[in-house]
Amino acid sequence: MTNSAFIQLQNVNLHFGNRHVIQNVSFDIESNQITTLIGPNGSGKSTLVRILLGLQLPDSGTIGKPDRLRIGYMPQKLHIEPTLPLTVERFMKLAARATSAEILGALKEVNVEHLLKNPMQKLSGGETQRVMLARALLRQPQLLVLDEPVQGVDITGQIELYELIAQIRDRHQCAVFMVSHDLHMVMASTDKVICLNHHICCSGHPEIVSNDPSFIALFGRDGASNLALYSHHHNHQHDAHGQVIMDHPCVESTESPPESQQQLSAPSKQQQGDRHHG
Amino acid sequence: MADFLLKALLGGIGVAIIAGPLGSFVVWRRMAYFGDTLAHSALLGVALGILFDLNLNLAVVMCCVLLALLLVSLQRKRIIATDTLLGIMAHSSLSLGLVAISFLPDVRIDLMSYLFGDLLAISKEDLFWIYGGGMLVLTLLAILWNPLLAFTVNEDLARVEGIPINLVRLALMLLVGIVIAVAMKIVGVLLITSLLIIPAAAARRLSKTPEQMAFFASLIGCISVCLGLWGSYQWDTPAGPSVVVSAALLFVFSHSLPSR
Repeated sequence: MTNSAFIQLQNVNLHFGNRHVIQNVSFDIESNQITTLIGPNGSGKSTLVRILLGLQLPDSGTIGKPDRLRIGYMPQKLHIEPTLPLTVERFMKLAARATSAEILGALKEVNVEHLLKNPMQKLSGGETQRVMLARALLRQPQLLVLDEPVQGVDITGQIELYELIAQIRDRHQCAVFMVSHDLHMVMASTDKVICLNHHICCSGHPEIVSNDPSFIALFGRDGASNLALYSHHHNHQHDAHGQVIMDHPCVESTESPPESQQQLSAPSKQQQGDRHHG
Repeated sequence: MADFLLKALLGGIGVAIIAGPLGSFVVWRRMAYFGDTLAHSALLGVALGILFDLNLNLAVVMCCVLLALLLVSLQRKRIIATDTLLGIMAHSSLSLGLVAISFLPDVRIDLMSYLFGDLLAISKEDLFWIYGGGMLVLTLLAILWNPLLAFTVNEDLARVEGIPINLVRLALMLLVGIVIAVAMKIVGVLLITSLLIIPAAAARRLSKTPEQMAFFASLIGCISVCLGLWGSYQWDTPAGPSVVVSAALLFVFSHSLPSR
């Protein structure tokens, strides 16, 4: 497997005790593209992000990154002790040696320049996310890693934030890797989706993934509810720990199983394209 | 002013100045109990220092840093909840220190002065240790200020941004160890943590930036030392505890001020 992707993960595995949390995961991140990692709670998304960031070493597998890669990281949550007096400005200065003009510029880009002198602890969820995004931008990242960037933000705010991320990609020409658990929200602003449940269930263009039987199986009746009402056959099942108990042709074999096509009766969308094989 | 009083004042102010910024980190990182545990182990350091004929200040610093390393490695193994672990270590090391001292033949130690401090018996040599150690601590803090702060705000972010957090963590422990060794003379092992956290907690209400809080903590510490010594002189109360009582009063007073 030789390709010239910006970042490549190959056959990454990680166990926590007896739990095989990350199972043989391989994928590429292309420069100047938005890649979205999607999966249910406890599917190993955040762990995979930590591996990509170098915060967690995998048991096996390789992560190919350019030397001296500048990463802008936005963690899922930011808890700052109330005893620590910290203004937005001072928080931004911790990231990089930046001038006041650069800090103001980064805050303007995410529309929160008015918060410059506010204490961090008094910000709302959406404001905190934007400030963290601005701080990540201050480092002029080649790769932006966003772990659940819209957490604690209302629906309108979520759409705005995803649009903002797409604008940032265009303006800064950086690769974006983000975690989400709602595919339909990110669909418009993502180039590639990776669906994870410890192993990669399917990946590819968001339209294709959203129609993939393994994706629907994973998000099931309740999770993918805003898709439409699908009646479908699981082509593999997961037990309570997310382990696959039946065979799962979406990962193992190249041809799609015949039953998945007849069982899938999406009202408007036809199942299209072939599935990508993790 | 009497010579002993001047030395006590100089020693107390020296300790208060370094305790300000470091105490702020103890408060921000919720290390109060951790600091207490290290302080309790200082007595063991004294015993070992006498046993091996080492400089006592050096022995205390070494003992604190070794215990800190032991604590961190035990914490990583997750044998037991951290607060329980700290409780076990604090009281066993204090008891071990007391037992060890009782075994030392031909040595008469004024135990009370180690437990509660003996501010009025500060010697010229102690002052050299306080100001030498203090310069070292403040210099290291100035160099490490930004990485320490970034690491306090969020460890993962700091690591991604290239800060060697294990080194920074170790440095912070070393600094706390030095301050404990130096402050032991002033307030004793049982009250050292109060000198770290009470002025910092009182400074929180007055500050808008971390730097302001560190500065005000030092200032409040200095005022506490002056007030405590004055009270001790006036009413013949023990000097170390009087300093701590003054700091506590200033903390209460700071809460009557409008928050910034």
